[in-house]
Amino acid sequence: MSKSYTPGLKILRNTKISKERLLPLRGDVHVSKDLIVNSDTIVASTEIPGNVQMINIANKLNIDAEQILDCVVVKVGDSIIKNQLIAESKGLFGMFKSEVRSPIDGKIINASKITGQIVIAEKPLPINVDAYIPGIIKDIFPKEGVIIDSIGTFVQGIIGIGGEKKGTLEILTDSPSSMINMEMINNDYKDKIIVCGTSINYDFYEKAKKIGVKGIVCGGINYNSVSKILGYSLGVAITGTEKTTTLILTEGFGEINMAQRTFDILLQNNGKKVSINGATQIRAGVLRPEIFIESKKIYENDNFKEDDLIISEGSTIRIIREPYFGQIGQIISLPYELVKMKSETMVRVAEIKFENGNIEIIPRANLEVILSN
Amino acid sequence: MSKNINIILATDCGSTTTKAILIELIDNEYRLTFRGEAPTTVEQPFEDVTRGVLNAIIEIEELSGRKILDNENIINKTSAKEGVDVYISTSSAGGGLQMMVSGVVKSMTGESAQRAALGAGAIVMDILASNDKRMYHEKVKRIRELRPDMVLLSGGIDGGTVSHVVELAEIIKTANPKPRLGIDYRLPIIYAGNKEAQENINDTLKDIVDLIIVPNIRPTLEKENLKPSRDKIHDLFMEHVMAQAPGYNKLTKWTDYPIMPTPGAVGEIIKKIAKIEKISVVGVDIGGATTDVFSVFNDEFNRTVSANLGMSYSICNVLSDAGVDNVSRWIPFKIDSINLTNRIANKMIRPTTIPQTLEDLKIEQALAREALRLSFVQHKEFAVSLKGVQQERTISDTFEQKMSGQTIVNMKNLDLIVGSGGVLSHAPRRAQAMRMLIDSFLPEGITQIAVDSIFMMPQLGILSTFHEQAALEVFHKDCLIKLGTCISSLDKYKKDRKLFSYKIIINKKIIEGEIKSGELKLIKAPLDKYQITITPEKNIDIGYGKNEIFTGKIFGGEVGIVFDGRGRSITFSEDYEERINQISNWSINSNEYPKEV
Repeated sequence: MSKSYTPGLKILRNTKISKERLLPLRGDVHVSKDLIVNSDTIVASTEIPGNVQMINIANKLNIDAEQILDCVVVKVGDSIIKNQLIAESKGLFGMFKSEVRSPIDGKIINASKITGQIVIAEKPLPINVDAYIPGIIKDIFPKEGVIIDSIGTFVQGIIGIGGEKKGTLEILTDSPSSMINMEMINNDYKDKIIVCGTSINYDFYEKAKKIGVKGIVCGGINYNSVSKILGYSLGVAITGTEKTTTLILTEGFGEINMAQRTFDILLQNNGKKVSINGATQIRAGVLRPEIFIESKKIYENDNFKEDDLIISEGSTIRIIREPYFGQIGQIISLPYELVKMKSETMVRVAEIKFENGNIEIIPRANLEVILSN
Repeated sequence: MSKNINIILATDCGSTTTKAILIELIDNEYRLTFRGEAPTTVEQPFEDVTRGVLNAIIEIEELSGRKILDNENIINKTSAKEGVDVYISTSSAGGGLQMMVSGVVKSMTGESAQRAALGAGAIVMDILASNDKRMYHEKVKRIRELRPDMVLLSGGIDGGTVSHVVELAEIIKTANPKPRLGIDYRLPIIYAGNKEAQENINDTLKDIVDLIIVPNIRPTLEKENLKPSRDKIHDLFMEHVMAQAPGYNKLTKWTDYPIMPTPGAVGEIIKKIAKIEKISVVGVDIGGATTDVFSVFNDEFNRTVSANLGMSYSICNVLSDAGVDNVSRWIPFKIDSINLTNRIANKMIRPTTIPQTLEDLKIEQALAREALRLSFVQHKEFAVSLKGVQQERTISDTFEQKMSGQTIVNMKNLDLIVGSGGVLSHAPRRAQAMRMLIDSFLPEGITQIAVDSIFMMPQLGILSTFHEQAALEVFHKDCLIKLGTCISSLDKYKKDRKLFSYKIIINKKIIEGEIKSGELKLIKAPLDKYQITITPEKNIDIGYGKNEIFTGKIFGGEVGIVFDGRGRSITFSEDYEERINQISNWSINSNEYPKEV
C-alpha cells in the first residue's frame, strides 16, 4: 500500500529530544561525553573571520603590481596595528619615499602581485555555542560541536520570529479563549517567557518587548502585525535571526486561539525554566519553532516513528485550512475515490467527525496529525 | 539503444511533491500510461529523497498492475508485467542548485555567466562584478552570507584584463565560503574567463576550493560560448550538490542517466518544441517556491528563475512584491485586506494545503496571476539582445547591448504560451488556466495557449536528451493540452469603443461578432484548425499592423477562442463595486468559475 502522510506538529510530554549544537566553522569543543550541562553552558566556540579591507599598494606607491612584494614590509599572516607601516617605495637615492600605513588593527591575509593589492582582515569575531537545553552530552563531533540529550516537554509551533531564548514560563490566562489586555502585562514579566492562549496584537507585542519580555507564545497574530514588528513583509518563512522578543505562534495567522491540548501542556509547566526558539524554515529541511521544558521523569514516549504521520480511521486531526480552520476532529473514513470540492478541485478526502458531532468531508491535504502523548 | 526502449519510468523530485510517470510503447507509439505522486521526503524525519520516489512508484505499481520494485530496487529487465527499461529522474528538491556567478563587467561577462548558470537550471543568488559598485569587504561579506553550492567565475575576453579577474578570485579566496551542504564540502568553482589568467587563478584558488577550468564564456566581445560552462555545471551538480543532498547518493545509483536539475530539463523540452515546430514559445513553470520562465525567439533560448515567486513557500513574497492592491484587483468578491493577507500567510506556513472553498481558489488564482506577471517582467528584462552560443555579433550589436539591451521577447511575434506547475496544470477548469496565462502574460495579436496536462515537462525534458522521439510523442499526445487561442488588440482604448470584428467557421457554421474595448468573450471551439477573418477598426492593430486584416487558420482547444478587448495593459475600474462587477463579468464570459450557491 502507498502511504498517506500528513504534516504534524509535536506536542509531547516526557519525551527524549536530541539537539545538535554545531559551530558554523571549525573550532573547539569544551565539554566531554556524558557531562551533564545546563542550558547556559558554553559547549563549543570558534572565531569567524573579521571584515576585510583592501589596499591598492601599487596605486598608492605608483608602482607596477608585480613590484609590490619588493615594497611591502609585512608578510601574509602578520598581525598589524593601526598606522603601522605596511609598504614603502624605494624612493630616489633613498629619498622621497612614499609609504602606506594600515588603516586598522588586523592581520595581513593576502598580497597579490597580479592586482597590486593587499588585504587586511579585522580581528576575528568570537562565536560561542551554548547548550540551549539542559541535558547530557551524548556525542561529540570533534572541532564541530556536540549532541545533547534531554527529557522533557516538547511543543512545536507553526511559525516564529526571533532566536533562542531561555527564561521562566508564565501563563497569562486561565484558558486559551480568555482575552488578554494591555494591563495584564507589567514589569514583573521582564526576562520571562509568557503564554497567551488567544491571539495578540501589535501593541501588546511592543509593550512586552519594551518591558523586556524574552518570548511570547500565543495562538495567532495578524500577518500585517508581524510585518510591522519586523519592519518588512515576511516574504518567505525563513526566520530566526531577528534581534527581537521571540514570538511563537502555535496555530497560524489571524485571530486564532491556541489548541486546548497545547495550552494545557504549557499550563502544567507554569513557572518552570524553558528554552524556546522562534527559528522557522518552511522549505526543504523544514524547521519549526519550539518550546522545551526539562522534566526529571524517565521518558515515556518512544522516539518519533514514521507511522505516526500516517492517517487512518480513528486518527485525531486538526483542520489547517478554511472553512474549518483550527477545528479538531476524528477520521471516520478515508474514501479511496477522488471527491469534488466546492472549488471543483478533485481531491483525496477524509470524512471527519468534529467534537460537536458534525460530520464533514475535508481534503486530506488540509489535515494535520496531532502528535501527542 | 532507443529501439530497445519500451517502458520508461521517470520521476521528478520537486520541492513539495515527487511525481512519477510511466511511458510505454503501444502500437509503435510512446504514450503516457500511468502517473503516481507522493510528498517529497528530504526533510526530517525521513531525510531521504528516495522514500518519496518509492512511494510515487508504488502508486504507479498499484494503478498499473506492473511490478516495478523488488524491495527497494527498480527492476530493469522488462517482461509483460514486470520491470522497466529505463529509469530517469530530475530534481529541484533541497532548494535546487544555488549559484553565484561573477564577471568583470556586470552587463557583459557577468550576464553571460548568469545566462550559462540559468540555462543549466541553477538559481543565481548574486552576480559579483568588478564594476558592481560594492566595496571589497561588502563582496566578501555577501559571499560568506550566501554560501552558494557553486561559483561560476568568468571575466575578461581572451587576452584581455587579468588583474580584474584575479581580483575576483582573491575576493572569493578571502571570503573562503562555506557551502550550505556540510562542513567538509569543498566548494566547486568553475573558471570560465580570460585564458591568459588561468595560471594565476589556479595559484590563487587551488588550495581552498575545488577548481575546474573550462574555456572562456566570452572569448571575444562578439562571441558567447556558454556550452562548456553549462555542461560542467551539470556534471558538478551531479557530483557535488546531489551527492550531498539527503538520499541522492542512492538515487543517482538507481537512474540510468544522470539526474538533471528540473528547470534544465524543462528548458530542453521547450527548446525542442520551438525548433521542431519552428515557432516562438514562452514557457512557464510556476512552483511552490520559484517560477521559471523560458522563451525561444528567433532560435534564441533564455531562461529566468524568479527565486522567490511561488505559490506556497514564497506566496507571501508575491503578496509583498505585487502589493495587496494588485492581488485584490483580481478577486471577484469583497474581502478585507487583513483577512486576505492572513489567508495567504497561512498558505505559506502550511504549504501543502489545497483550496477547499471557491473563495480560496479564487484567492490563489489571483496570487498566481501576480506571480506569473512579475516573473515575466523579470524575464523580459533579462532576455535581451545578446546572441547565443557562438553566434557572430556585429560591433553595432555590441554597442547596442552595452547601451541598453533591448528585450527580445516580442509579444506580437509570440506563437505559443505553455504553462506548467500545480496552479495551472491542476486548475479545476482549464478556462482558469487559460485566463491566468492571458491575464498575466498579456499576449498581443493571435497567440495559442496550452498547459502541461499533469505537470510532466521535466521528465520529458530529460527523456528528450537521449530519446527525442519518445519525448515528443508523449509531449504532443499526452502532455500538451491545447487550450485554444487568444486574439487581442494592442494598446488601450476608451471603454466600449469597437475594436475589431470576426468571422469564424466552426463545424460548418459561420459565427460573426464584434469586440468592444473592455470586453472579454469566449467562443467554444474544440481542438481543430478554424478559418477566421479578423477585421480591425480604424487605427486598431490586431498584431499585423494598424488596420491590417487577418485571414487565416487558428487553433481551437479544450477552452476555445478568447477574444480579448481589455487593452494592453488591462484597465481596471477604480470604483471597488464596479471593479468586482467588471471582473465577475470577465469570469462569466470566459466560463471561469462555477456559479456560487
